[in-house]
Amino acid sequence: MSTPTTVMLAGVGGQGTILAADVLAKVAVAAGLDVKLSEVHGMAQRGGSVDTVVRFGERVFSPLTDPGGADHLVAFEMLEAARSVPYVKPGGRLLVNARVIEPLPVLIGSASMPQDLEARLAAEGAIFIDAEALACEAGSERSANIVLMGALSTGLDFPEQAWCDVIAARVPPKTAEANLAAFRLGREACDEGECMR
Amino acid sequence: MPSSLLSGNESVAQGAWEAGATVGVGYPGTPSTETLETFATLPDVYAEWAPNEKVALEVAAGVSMGGARVLTTMKHVGVNVAADPLFTLVYTGVRGGVVILAADDPGMHSSQNEQDSRNWGPFARVPVLEPSDSTEARDLTAAAFELSERFDVPVIVRTSTRIAHSKGLVEKGERQSRAAVVYESDPAKWLMLPANARVRRERLDERMAAIRAFVETTELNRLETRDPALGIVTSGVSYQYVREALPEASVFKLGVSFPLPARALEEFARSVERVCVVEEADDYLARSVRSLGIDVDDVALPATGELSPGRVAAAFGGTELPTRDAIADLPARPPLMCPGCPHRSVFYALRKMKAVVTGDIGCYTLGATPPLSAMDSCVCMGASIGMAHGMRLSGGDVGRRPIVGVIGDSTFAHSGITGLAHMAYNSGVGTILVLDNRITAMTGHQGNPLMGRTLMGEQTVEVDIEALCSALGIDDVTIVDPHDLAETERVLRDKVAKDALSVVVFRSPCALLIPAEEDRYAVDDDSCTACGLCIKLGCPAIGTAEGGKAAIDVSLCTGCGDCVQVCRFDAIVGVGPACDIGGV
Repeated sequence: MSTPTTVMLAGVGGQGTILAADVLAKVAVAAGLDVKLSEVHGMAQRGGSVDTVVRFGERVFSPLTDPGGADHLVAFEMLEAARSVPYVKPGGRLLVNARVIEPLPVLIGSASMPQDLEARLAAEGAIFIDAEALACEAGSERSANIVLMGALSTGLDFPEQAWCDVIAARVPPKTAEANLAAFRLGREACDEGECMR
Repeated sequence: MPSSLLSGNESVAQGAWEAGATVGVGYPGTPSTETLETFATLPDVYAEWAPNEKVALEVAAGVSMGGARVLTTMKHVGVNVAADPLFTLVYTGVRGGVVILAADDPGMHSSQNEQDSRNWGPFARVPVLEPSDSTEARDLTAAAFELSERFDVPVIVRTSTRIAHSKGLVEKGERQSRAAVVYESDPAKWLMLPANARVRRERLDERMAAIRAFVETTELNRLETRDPALGIVTSGVSYQYVREALPEASVFKLGVSFPLPARALEEFARSVERVCVVEEADDYLARSVRSLGIDVDDVALPATGELSPGRVAAAFGGTELPTRDAIADLPARPPLMCPGCPHRSVFYALRKMKAVVTGDIGCYTLGATPPLSAMDSCVCMGASIGMAHGMRLSGGDVGRRPIVGVIGDSTFAHSGITGLAHMAYNSGVGTILVLDNRITAMTGHQGNPLMGRTLMGEQTVEVDIEALCSALGIDDVTIVDPHDLAETERVLRDKVAKDALSVVVFRSPCALLIPAEEDRYAVDDDSCTACGLCIKLGCPAIGTAEGGKAAIDVSLCTGCGDCVQVCRFDAIVGVGPACDIGGV
């Protein structure tokens, strides 16, 4: 039996990781695969570190993964990208939103941000994308999560139309157009080379 | 019917609906909450939020006595609150099936403790079913209703975070139709005076004996025969980790974790060379299997927190996956109050006043974290009020620090009102703050008796806190808008100075209930003196730029204006919508 593909989405509570993971999982379902998705609600959703895991393949048992288990990391923020690096397989793909949300201990001066965060992520082979700027270009600053799904999509074998169908059905109707634009911008950004290593 | 991607919570709701349950009742609590929310959206059902889990189970008991099937939902600590009716409901038994969802939180993602609800099984003599994925959450919930009526007992469906909040594929089924039941009084069954209770206690043992016979052969438990060198007894999400980490092992997979199938497990133990138990955060199963006289081999699983495939593999001597090195020296990212949160200014004032704050369960517990650091305790739902009163009784020397109890609106309805009645009755002295953000926020915005809307979306009455306090004998009640920082501090200082019992209601909706203001704020570098006062608000949108001056992340700012009121140099100014100014 083939090993499942594991995608980890890491971000900050409130960034929309859960909706993005749901879109990915539904695209995998549309492809006829077994899918499991694990997310955490509650207190962590209040601005804490949040990890969501989506696994798909012929047969999936565990909804969770371990360090070294993720084929793809989609990080919605650079510090969370750095925190999640051990989860990415050597040779796995790191897609990183080039954005920093300073955690409260840093904002209040009781901790400091690591130096050269971007360089350290680049050394791990990270691919950077400016999801917020593309989200604004798409017409909604809240669609950065879907920009990142567009970028992720270039590394997975699902048809573009399947993504668009799921997004249109999953997001609030008023924002469907902006989210579809956000998906295309994220996907094009990778196709045009900005997402390539 | 095509497969749907459902969470464990959604699947429990689906299973209850398919079993013909017509009523759902519960109290929100992570990771159980979405179960009742989902159930409420299904056709031909009625669902409601109770103020607490005890009331929820009592309502369920009434629904059952009236003959209908009822789903009641709660998190693990909620079962403690419902334990009083639970222990007697197993005596009375049911008429319509009663299923109690108990959702555990190993690893305490969003809980104050880590308790294993399977232990209610032997303690209360209540059957416990334990799904290991979404499909089983649907199937076992439906089965639980059958068992509840067949054996005349309520049944617990126990899940955990990775069942409740994991999604998997489920084939939805049709709904059973159930004939209406004509009610007949049956006090020998339902009226637990001691004479009746003694009889029902003996009947309970007979019912349990019948269930023990049933579990020996039920397909809810499953024997998976593979390599006889290792036999694993497991249940719940741990089963999935075992299948991934130890694909060759023989497995006795329990769907019923109380009572255990003694003979079937003994037979399994004889069929394998070594028996191990895999479970997380408690040794309930290992203890129970050992109590059957089965020799269980110890494995080095963590005693607390969650398992994973890797942790299970490691306990059985497996090799770890190759990994990348961790990036060192990363600052932690604890949860925090959202930008625009109405609770922030209250804790900002309490910190300035050096108050001793007995806290409670909700988003506002985050007032404990730096830089606000304005909370001394948090124990359980409603404890803030009793503890504020008890602190005063202790005679402990708090110097000139005022004692203040802080409780949210939903928590106040859950179990704060009784504490306040106690405090008034016993001539308590102190200040109780009700942080009324018009919603049960931490669990994701559920209704409660203070906010005027039901789970079915109907407008309803809301508790009038001033009138309630007045009825309890408390006259000093003040309503304050917490986004008025000067008034917040003035009222607090005024109330704590009095040698009396006072209640202050800070009323302003949760920041996530209202759209962010179009206009956000930014710092005018020329006016900012780098004094650091705004940083002490602990707003995640405000940080420090080069040179120590404040900087606002406009993509996080909601435009609430709290920081504008804190700044003494008029250095925080409006700048317009976030996308327009390219600040993201």
